[in-house]
Amino acid sequence: MNIHEYQAKEILSSYGIPIPRGLVALTSDQVERAAKMMGGRCVVKAQIYAGGRGKAGGTRLVNHPEEAQEYGKDLFGRALVTKQTGPQGLKVRRILVEEAVEIAREFYLSITLDRESSRYILITSAEGGIDIEEVALKSPEKILTHSIDPFTGLRPYQARKIALALGLTGTICEDCVELILNLYRACLEKDCALIEINPLVVTKAGWLMAMDAKITFDDNAVYRHREYPDMMDYSQLDPLEINAAKYDLAYIKLSGSIGCLVNGAGLAMATLDVLKECGGEPANFLDVGGGATREKVAEAFRIILQDTDVKGIFVNIFGGIMRCDVIAQGIIEAAGAVGCTLPIVVRMDGSHVEEGKKLLQESGLNVQIGNSLGDGASKIVQMLGQGVQ
Amino acid sequence: MSILVDKNSRIVVQGITGRSGLFHTGQCREYGSSIVAGVTPGKGGIHIEGIPVFNTVAEAVKYTKATVSMIFVPPPGAADAIMEAIDAGIDLAVCITEGIPIRDMVPVKAVLQGSKTRLIGPNCPGIITPGACKVGIMPGNIHTPGKIGVVSRSGTLTYEAVKQLTDLGLGQSTGVGIGGDPIIGMNFIDVLTLFNQDPGTEAVFMIGEIGGGAEEAAAEWIKKNMKKPVAAFIAGVTAPPGKRMGHAGAIITGGKGKAEDKIRVLQECGVVVATSPTRMGEAMLEAIRLT
Repeated sequence: MNIHEYQAKEILSSYGIPIPRGLVALTSDQVERAAKMMGGRCVVKAQIYAGGRGKAGGTRLVNHPEEAQEYGKDLFGRALVTKQTGPQGLKVRRILVEEAVEIAREFYLSITLDRESSRYILITSAEGGIDIEEVALKSPEKILTHSIDPFTGLRPYQARKIALALGLTGTICEDCVELILNLYRACLEKDCALIEINPLVVTKAGWLMAMDAKITFDDNAVYRHREYPDMMDYSQLDPLEINAAKYDLAYIKLSGSIGCLVNGAGLAMATLDVLKECGGEPANFLDVGGGATREKVAEAFRIILQDTDVKGIFVNIFGGIMRCDVIAQGIIEAAGAVGCTLPIVVRMDGSHVEEGKKLLQESGLNVQIGNSLGDGASKIVQMLGQGVQ
Repeated sequence: MSILVDKNSRIVVQGITGRSGLFHTGQCREYGSSIVAGVTPGKGGIHIEGIPVFNTVAEAVKYTKATVSMIFVPPPGAADAIMEAIDAGIDLAVCITEGIPIRDMVPVKAVLQGSKTRLIGPNCPGIITPGACKVGIMPGNIHTPGKIGVVSRSGTLTYEAVKQLTDLGLGQSTGVGIGGDPIIGMNFIDVLTLFNQDPGTEAVFMIGEIGGGAEEAAAEWIKKNMKKPVAAFIAGVTAPPGKRMGHAGAIITGGKGKAEDKIRVLQECGVVVATSPTRMGEAMLEAIRLT
């Protein structure tokens, strides 16, 4: 689960990590007023659920409140396209207005899970403010990592070594030790999959400060943080994805026209792969869960039908223990309830498969049966006139 | 022959009185697995479907000599359940539970590393030795006893692969679903090592997906150590970057974890990679033919 930069900074601040003074604006007039409060010269930053804003023109240093308002108007009026958003971009609904800070030095600092060691690792670099992934590719020697022992945690002497390696000395070095320890505490207590300060700066006035921050919460831990659902900015998510999440379905909107309903994440990915191989374009990824109950299948069907890009539907259920006739009933109910006339191909495997097929064929729906994964995929692609002839 | 479980495996089910715990206990028994005990804290002393229920895994082990644990405990208590199994000296813990937080799994993994317990999962379908023992939620009927070892990060995609193998007359020695989470117990290399040593396994089919670098690491290991033919399939060639594809671990981040890179490395290391999920069985046949 993602949150905005300003929310991430609020969390850092609650752990004693200094952040610039700032205000969140919802209109360009508010941007202007916030800029006045910051003394005119300030930084205006679009808040979206994606990185790469700087290069995409989503942040700017302005010198006057009018300039801030003008820029705010421009940002609120459009979708910001960065290298992380995809071509359609993300609409700007909130803008962070911050005091301008004179920067002496910039660093990179983050804590995330290292899958290979199954531990949290602290990543630092004396080159901050830039794309860390690019640094990792081009000059990996500039990145330092420290693997955190889950039992001893992060010790002050370890944090000091890290701060010294960044070239910090004196009281700022000790400030950095405290900051690193607090960051790890925040990472654990807030169940972060990633907590990142980029850049962490030393101001000309001699303060450490988090100029930009990103936090991704561990989706599996959201249940134990009651405040998290309220922190979500739904304007940043696809409405169909929001709806699917309510029913605990993993759904991702894609650009094609074949709606896909599959049980299990791996099989769902493989189904997209086969459709593309046949020359079809999937409209979505949708995993109803390995168990695939009748209710979930029906709900998934309704969500797919809400997508107006969908011209046909491919259902691929490897039921196994689940009964195929029960799944078939779920499909028939959901399709019947909305009067679906779109072509549907159903591939089912598992118990009571013949009964399931019979139910579908007698349902009056525009349905064909796929006898295997490949057969089903090529049938739906043909029915929609896609693919190589 | 097989790896990790056989007809002599004695199984304790943690979370046996829950809905899915009880359902799958029944399914595993029907398949022939020997379920000797259940554990549900607070319900020790009762019998459920004739199976004695204990308050702790240690008690269950003491009274029933269970060596394998199948875990259905919901996410908030699942990490603790795995640690309890480790503490009780269980040889093999199989955790089916999906949705365990990262912060809970990090210490579990650390405890695991100093113990004798092996962990399969979490967020996995479990393990099956066809015709002998099923510890998990996979459909038993699609499996046939044979000589192909199967190891996979996926659930239903594994069923698809197993069906294709069975349809081509390729039975399976043991099938292991290692799970779709970023932190798991046994990884590809751990399972491949056992298949390599198992006289009952003649070839291995491996199913990977986007995210992480486990497939690449396995490929390098195969090149150096594997004495048996290996074929593979990697799901997610068409997956968009930055999106979590159902599994917690299935995400391409910072250009890492792409299917195409995994496929390339596997091929470079001599693994036959199925170009489509419709040709997984054929890829296995080809790998066997090449040796």
